[in-house]
Amino acid sequence: MTDAILDIRGISKSFGALKASDDVSLDLRAGEIHALIGPNGAGKSTLIAQIAGSLKPDTGEVWLEGRNVTLDGPVARAQAGLGRTFQISSLAMEDTVLQNAVLGALGARHRAPGLWRPVMKQADLRDTAMAALSEVGLDEFAHFRTADLSHGQRRQLEVAVALTLKPHVFLMDEPMAGLGADGSALLVNFLHGLKSRAPILLVEHDMDAVFQLADRISVLVYGRIIATGTPDEIRANSQVREAYLGEEDDA
Amino acid sequence: MRREPLINALIVVGLLAVPLWAYMADEPYVITLTTKVVILALAGVGLNLALGLGGLVSLGHAMFFGIGGYAAGILASHAQSYDPIMEWPFLIEGTQSMPVIWLLAIVVSALVALATGALSLRTSGVYFIMITLAFGQMFYYFTISWPAYGGEDGLSIYVRDHFPGLNTLDPIQFYGLCFVILLLALFVVARLARSGFGLALNAARQNEARVRAVGIEPYRLRLMAFIISGAITGLAGALYADLNRFVSPTMFSWQTSGEIMVFVILGGVARLFGPVAGAALFILLEEVLGGLSEYWHIYLGALLLIVVLFARGGLIGLLAGQGKGDDDD
Ligand SMILES: Nc1ncnc2c1ncn2[C@@H]1O[C@H](COP(=O)(O)OP(=O)(O)OP(=O)(O)O)[C@@H](O)[C@H]1O
Ligand SMILES: [Mg+2]
Repeated sequence: MTDAILDIRGISKSFGALKASDDVSLDLRAGEIHALIGPNGAGKSTLIAQIAGSLKPDTGEVWLEGRNVTLDGPVARAQAGLGRTFQISSLAMEDTVLQNAVLGALGARHRAPGLWRPVMKQADLRDTAMAALSEVGLDEFAHFRTADLSHGQRRQLEVAVALTLKPHVFLMDEPMAGLGADGSALLVNFLHGLKSRAPILLVEHDMDAVFQLADRISVLVYGRIIATGTPDEIRANSQVREAYLGEEDDA
Repeated sequence: MRREPLINALIVVGLLAVPLWAYMADEPYVITLTTKVVILALAGVGLNLALGLGGLVSLGHAMFFGIGGYAAGILASHAQSYDPIMEWPFLIEGTQSMPVIWLLAIVVSALVALATGALSLRTSGVYFIMITLAFGQMFYYFTISWPAYGGEDGLSIYVRDHFPGLNTLDPIQFYGLCFVILLLALFVVARLARSGFGLALNAARQNEARVRAVGIEPYRLRLMAFIISGAITGLAGALYADLNRFVSPTMFSWQTSGEIMVFVILGGVARLFGPVAGAALFILLEEVLGGLSEYWHIYLGALLLIVVLFARGGLIGLLAGQGKGDDDD
């Protein structure tokens, strides 16, 4: 337990009669990719929101690097080292790609943004932003308006902004969605290298990517984690096959 | 994309040329009218920071305009009557010195913006509009029922306040003063917009969750924007008091808030010179249409509707095309 960088302890969340999170516990250790899979509506994004602090759990705790951050909001958690990407791209659409990345670099400074110096002329912010953009392959699009990017490119920009934060933990909600085969393959490669910088809690529907990348997998069904284990263990788990993977085999 | 700076420059040239011509042609009324444009534009520049960059639809900016106006009116009225504002615990006398009046207008507006903003910014959307409106109305009814400073009748400033080295009674000199202040305010707002604060504030308008996710709290950005915005509009109020040499509770009315917003929308929300173009167009329409018909506001309404429906960038947007999305600034 001591090497868990992120530790989720017994989180429950209900929306009326719907249990979106039902006593969920999982942890994320240094250097690993922990994939969270489950059918649509299983409560994956709801869980990510509770870890990121934008949604308060009804019960349960979130620990980050040995600190209980359950009562902290998303701003404090971002500053404490959580870098997230949103399932539905959440960017400043009127701004350029570079401006979105610079915003991340600005936040990573952990102090109130300056009122006077032109932000786009600050070399340190620009460098951090451009470095992150080239890591995800968006450097050529730096001066595009974000609204003019393709769906997949916006997903890449989400990842780039998270990179600028230099987080201690990555929370990624379906970063591959809409990327296409080539884009997915590139991102799989990239994430594989990224996990040594900071562990990744990865929500993903692309099973090939998941089984290629994940060190551990947790399966969420109706808000409950029905299994956690290595890819081989998950593949062999009859309960999982029944509830989730089996459906895919039939299809 | 690069047309906007040119248009802005043309507006500045126009604001220099018109009063200069009026001065030569001995048309003091035109100078006064241009002064009014410049002062109302300043009020709009203040609002535009909150509205355009921050997306804060404040229907309470008359509050700051009125505070600035009453700062001038109250200080001047005490100076005129040689009656100190207070004698205990220390003596504070009235003054007719513009720099002192402006300072007071700015400081009080900023403090009121801090207090009202801290409360209203906890809400958003329609609630924010209603709360700012309510704060403005509170000031309006308060001044109406405050007999010490004229109540409903307002306050007169018999002799225009002074500025060191200038004869402010000379219309062209007073105009020059207001013009320089407008340019300074535009400079400040342009810097703010290009700063890290401006980037984050503008991003928070577009996507609040994004800004939080990078560890920046939108509430603080908005409060800061609201304070600076209120201070600028407050300064405009002080100048407006001196232009008319008169202040009245009307300065606090929600119609005033609405008019300031109309300048911004007509000229172009979030465009640096939008409020300037908007105030100029508004005064021009008031003069031309107002001369033709008492009901000129109907035409103004129709124009506003057209702008909101078909020309979101307002006058500046129409002339300069889609700007923005420029990251070399
Ligand atoms: N704010 C909310 N209010 C009410 N119900 C919600 C809310 N957010 C999510 N839900 C419900 O909770 C359940 C879990 O949703 P969630 O978005 O977490 O699923 P998911 O596993 O991320 O699904 P997907 O794979 O489609 O992204 C769904 O039934 C959803 O309709
Ligand atoms: Mg989801």
